[in-house]
Amino acid sequence: MSWSANEMMIVASARWLEGERVCFVGVGLPNIAVNLAKRTVSPAMELVYESGVFGAEPARLPLSIGDPTLVTRSTAVTSMYDLFAFYLQAGLIDVGFLQGAQIDKFGNLNTTVIGDYEKPKVRLPGSGGAVEIAINARKVFVIMPQRSRSFVETIDFRTSPGHSGDPEHDAARGWLGNGPSAVVTDLGEYRFDDATGEMTLVNLHPGVTLDQVNENTGWEMRVPADVGETPPPTDEELRLIREELDPDGVYSK
Amino acid sequence: MRDAVAELVRDGDSVAIEGFTHLICFAAGHEIIRQTKRNLTLCRLTPDVIYDQMVAAGVATKLVFSWLGNPGVGSLHAIRRRIEHDDPAPLEIEEYSHFGMVSRYMAGASNLPFMPIRSYYESDLPKANPRIVPIESPYDGETVYAVPPLNPDVAIIHAQRANEGGDAQIWGLLGCQKEAAFAADRVIVVCEELVGESVIRADPKRTVIPGLIVNAVVVEPKGCHPSYAQGYYDRDNRFYLDWDEIARDPDRLSQWLKEWVFDLSGHADYVQKMGGAAWDRLLPGDAPSGEVNYGEYS
Repeated sequence: MSWSANEMMIVASARWLEGERVCFVGVGLPNIAVNLAKRTVSPAMELVYESGVFGAEPARLPLSIGDPTLVTRSTAVTSMYDLFAFYLQAGLIDVGFLQGAQIDKFGNLNTTVIGDYEKPKVRLPGSGGAVEIAINARKVFVIMPQRSRSFVETIDFRTSPGHSGDPEHDAARGWLGNGPSAVVTDLGEYRFDDATGEMTLVNLHPGVTLDQVNENTGWEMRVPADVGETPPPTDEELRLIREELDPDGVYSK
Repeated sequence: MRDAVAELVRDGDSVAIEGFTHLICFAAGHEIIRQTKRNLTLCRLTPDVIYDQMVAAGVATKLVFSWLGNPGVGSLHAIRRRIEHDDPAPLEIEEYSHFGMVSRYMAGASNLPFMPIRSYYESDLPKANPRIVPIESPYDGETVYAVPPLNPDVAIIHAQRANEGGDAQIWGLLGCQKEAAFAADRVIVVCEELVGESVIRADPKRTVIPGLIVNAVVVEPKGCHPSYAQGYYDRDNRFYLDWDEIARDPDRLSQWLKEWVFDLSGHADYVQKMGGAAWDRLLPGDAPSGEVNYGEYS
């Protein structure tokens, strides 16, 4: 069976969620990835949405994170203060998903502006809950397509902090989280080096070459000698995406 | 609605039409546009399509927000034109994160000078907005960030049901409706259904806003469209997708405002103009809550 680049991203992200208990979900690809994980590697996972839902059991694919299907048959609906303070800030969230218009080699993310803040070339949505997720979720996974204009040496605005490049500094921060731990793109899977905090290629997706990674990265990507290949999507993973999670292919085509 | 907006929303006011995706009172936003209010400061976590429409109509000079987009779709094009190109006029912005905005309402509602939160560390947001300030805990010296109270002049809160006194009950996503109402100087409650006091008193746990702080009650069925009211009508995702196309073109946007706001006398016209088939499409199935017994203690 063949698959799309987005399907590969969804499947790879879902597998990263194995064994995770509480996940803060964003809309789009993360939403499908998390729901796929719940049907495969992490059936007991609790889905948390910043709109104020704990334990969502969405019966349809929500277009927004405030969709009514997230409420019906959820475990709890909370005020947004409770959600951000008691659940996120107090450390109940194991994994949060972030995306960005720009990311640098240390996992700092920009979702605010392209260009100057006062006179932006492109005004992006801004933080939403991203800065709080980056600091207070125990792990952060980033899921975004890889292009040289988005994987950049220097981001235009640091909306959400990643690693600093100085592991001693990072360890002394005292945050619950400590920068993204994994990045999944349409080309491969990345982790951050323990010693330097720098993004490091772990697996290339099937059919992707190292040249493609380099062409689509604005810095020299760290590539260890033993780069692996992401196991391809299984028939069952593809069936779940195509028949149950995104039958119209809104996000996965 | 006409009287409530005329009396309680004044030129130059800060206005919060709250609701996180859910219960966003588009009917009130449209009435503010119709009455050509000016120089408003619009506050919301997510400006959403309603503020794109209001900004396009020229009612606002400033926006206070934490996430500026069309949820699940993309950009708010009228607002972007004003920020990126001053087209047709500049728009001042004051930007936070979601937790920052939520905490601002909490401080405002609680009569506190600020709220401390664990956020913004090593982010550029405090540089962009000097009202986000690092402070030291007086107990152990730890650094947290302070955000200032947000006390809008007017909060407009949509609820599923309320009584004539303004006691309002909400179920589904609560957003910051309660916090914004308690923080505001004036409160307009808009409801899908007007109910008797006995209905409110039979289920006091669902009362989010007491009539004590409410200045006006407006009954406006389907007043949230294309946002939604849980259990009453679905979010009209198709409209949110359509808006992306409409708002890209300033002429098309003006034409939309003329057809759907200025040429209508109120929201009842809007509901009728949409037509029965459109409303049938948005009708959800049933998923009633179980009942609890509060007990009789006489």
